[in-house]
Amino acid sequence: MAAVSTNDITKRFGDVPAVDGISLTARDGEFMVLLGPSGCGKTTLLRIIAGLEKPTSGEVLIDGEVVNDQPPRVRGIAMVFQSYGLYPHLTVWNNIAFPLRTQGMRRDEIKRKVAWAAGLLSIDHLAERRPRQLSGGERQRVALARALVRDPSVFLLDEPLSNLDAKLRASARSELKQFQKTVRTATIYVTHDQVEAMGMGDRIAVIDRGRLRQVGTPAEIYEQPADEFVASFLGTPPMNLIERDGGSLGFRPENFLPRELLNGAPVVEFPFRIERLEYLGSERILYGALDGRAAKREVTAKLPAHAALDGISPGAWHKFAVREKELRYFDRDGRSVRNPQGTPP
Amino acid sequence: MTALAVPAPRAKSRFLLDRPEIMGPLFIAPAILYVLVLVALPFLLAIYYAVSAYTIYDPTYRFIGLKNFTDVIASEVFRRTLINTLVFTIGAQVIGLLLGKFGAMLLMQEFRGRGLARALVVLPWAVPVSLATLAWQWMFDSLYSVINWTLIAVGLMDPAEPWQWLGQQDLAMIAVTVVHAWRLFPFGVVIFIAGFTSVPKDVLDAATIDGAGFWRRNYQIILPIIAPIIMIALIFGTVFTFTDLSVVYLLTRGGPMNGTQVLGSLAFQVGILSGDVAHGAVICLFLFPFLLVAVIFLLRMLRRREI
Amino acid sequence: MVAVARRIAATGSFYAAVVVLVTFSAFPFYWMLITSLKTDGDLYNLESNPYWFNAAPTLAHLEYLFTDTLFVQWLMNTALIGVCVVAITLAVAVPAGYSLARAPGRSGETLGIGIFLTYLVPPTLLFLPLSRVVSGLGLQDSLWSLVVVYPTFTIPFCTWLLMGFFKSVPREIEEAAIVDGCTVLGAFVKTVLPLSVPAILTVVIFAFTLTMQEFVYALTFISTSAEKPVTLGVATDLIRGDVFYWGELMGAALIASVPVAIAYNLFLDRFISGITGGAVK
Repeated sequence: MAAVSTNDITKRFGDVPAVDGISLTARDGEFMVLLGPSGCGKTTLLRIIAGLEKPTSGEVLIDGEVVNDQPPRVRGIAMVFQSYGLYPHLTVWNNIAFPLRTQGMRRDEIKRKVAWAAGLLSIDHLAERRPRQLSGGERQRVALARALVRDPSVFLLDEPLSNLDAKLRASARSELKQFQKTVRTATIYVTHDQVEAMGMGDRIAVIDRGRLRQVGTPAEIYEQPADEFVASFLGTPPMNLIERDGGSLGFRPENFLPRELLNGAPVVEFPFRIERLEYLGSERILYGALDGRAAKREVTAKLPAHAALDGISPGAWHKFAVREKELRYFDRDGRSVRNPQGTPP
Repeated sequence: MTALAVPAPRAKSRFLLDRPEIMGPLFIAPAILYVLVLVALPFLLAIYYAVSAYTIYDPTYRFIGLKNFTDVIASEVFRRTLINTLVFTIGAQVIGLLLGKFGAMLLMQEFRGRGLARALVVLPWAVPVSLATLAWQWMFDSLYSVINWTLIAVGLMDPAEPWQWLGQQDLAMIAVTVVHAWRLFPFGVVIFIAGFTSVPKDVLDAATIDGAGFWRRNYQIILPIIAPIIMIALIFGTVFTFTDLSVVYLLTRGGPMNGTQVLGSLAFQVGILSGDVAHGAVICLFLFPFLLVAVIFLLRMLRRREI
Repeated sequence: MVAVARRIAATGSFYAAVVVLVTFSAFPFYWMLITSLKTDGDLYNLESNPYWFNAAPTLAHLEYLFTDTLFVQWLMNTALIGVCVVAITLAVAVPAGYSLARAPGRSGETLGIGIFLTYLVPPTLLFLPLSRVVSGLGLQDSLWSLVVVYPTFTIPFCTWLLMGFFKSVPREIEEAAIVDGCTVLGAFVKTVLPLSVPAILTVVIFAFTLTMQEFVYALTFISTSAEKPVTLGVATDLIRGDVFYWGELMGAALIASVPVAIAYNLFLDRFISGITGGAVK
């Protein structure tokens, strides 16, 4: 059963549609990621679901009910903001208790719930501190506890990891995912970081310029991208796109390997002139150009660490290839299509 | 010849202008000098006069200890003055604060003519104190007061007995308080607006999501967060009112019968008009402990401002 | 239907509140304006409605003000005092603010607060001993006494303002200049000052308006009419015996108030930022 649905939501600021007709569903217990570049409308969509903004048209449904006219506090949602939005003048304990106080809950009931939430996030020992005395990771946990304590139907998270330094981000990511698995509440998570999205999402909704490009599991959107935008946005380095018949032909760098390593399945060959090599320890990235093929940017090949490199060096030509089933075709509008029968790639 | 020209050894003083440890103190010396000579020194001088029997008619210096202090404290007029100063200060702050908050809430809404409204609301504070007070003096005039005319016209006042705003004790107290509050509240409005807009948006959104309605958001979230800023403004306002001379001097000259004297105007009357510098200095010095308390509070607020 | 009526009532009472507030603030100025343009007959008539003209408006008061009183002299005095005080303030506060902004460790902050606190020391505390100092220096009754004394309150506040500003200028620029061959002073003059024009402009405006507003020192030090600044002259000299020349008084008050009011409106935000120690932008 759907925890949250949006029905053709549009939001205009003046003439510009920040959100352009997005229909989306997040199921009970699901971790849904809204992924897209800055300014694509994902945060606006999140705020519309929360009730902090009103859509120009379209409906928001929570637990099957249309909530367009309901203020945030009755929608059964909880939100964690990018800068956490902790109340600076209250202790951690009071921060977590605040949403319960506004509901007029009894004091002993409040105590119980706050203790439970703090315990779940292992922050009991911080109860008397103020936000300014906490580290970034601790603040995030307080924000989560405050969200958790209201037993919402949906968690809304707006890029909560972007204010943490890189080292902390990885561990915070897995903690968050664990947390969600434990409480099993539907979660909508906004980010521009595709690694985060792939690592955390049960399903990912890719958004660009207000429009929904594709919704699917990480595997689906990575391996069967619906259009060039999704194909380029996910994966580092991005998918190689070569001009073909007005449209494009695409293949991922990790599928673009020296011919001799690809035995067995049918392949398509591409002579590849290597211009430079980046040694990154766990992998090697080769940058170059294809013979006679125009490409949108430098063509890249990603070789695993232990692959042999004989004859492969900058300045040299080498025969590279891609397995046929790894090739992706896009028409002149950028949409994904099956290979028209027979025509050679 | 030689590839590198080695400079002849020069005196250490050569690089004076390059050394921050010399330039730094040099840059700040004039300011410190000014403050020492024209603030600290006169303050010490005030103490010096306060323990003497110095008047401009007899400017010999005779040390008489704390006799002046006991004279002044025993004086009925002085006690009245002290009470007046407190009453005006507290009264004006309270009214100014309430009007300030009220005005801020109005001016934070978007409406047509908001810019003009804000400019007009700021006027009382922006304009020189003496000129604004003159306008009020005319408005409170014993014969031609526009306030009286209006009250008579709506039937609230008896035309045979018009109220003497600057001549009757209680009315004069009200008049002075009103003028002070009128001058103060625009400052309050501006400070409140600045404070409100400095609260991070995330915190306000979180409060909305957490179920806080308009009043709860205002009083439990916003006000505590901007409290240090409001306190700083309050301290400034209190000091300005407490140490005022101009409003009282121009409206009532301290009358009727010293009924609205404040420390500043009394000191002027005694020390300058009557020439009794010693007693005048004592009255001035009574401002000091109050100032000290204000300064300590201000320092604590400045330290707390980064919450 | 009810919802619409409620909306109208809410908007109506909102605008009513705004009107009340603005009237409370601005009425005295309207009063100044209309008084200065009314004939004496109209002004001193208990029967007529004071809120509007009952006889044709007249420029007689303003004429009198400009030709038969020292009003113009007072305006020039104020301008002269203002310019001199601003010059002194800039000369002292700019280097001081810079030095405090670049001082190592917390000493700069502490000293800066210390200097700022002297802004709180009121004229009513110091005017008495200062009057003795002034007469000792022979500046009694001269506007130069004000030129000497006014910087005592303009310097602390302006130093604080400038300190906050200079702190926000990145050090790299001066360091690049020093590496390129400037002395500390040279780096300051060539790189920091050109970037500081808005802040310096703010300081000029503030120092000028603070000077224009002052009354206590002027009242204490000066009794010769020709030496008075406008805030003092208007309050004391437009009275003959016991009679107040209200038409002229209000006209003078209004004319002298307008530039200050305009200046304040333009620089309000910076003033607030300065006073709250930069907590509020």
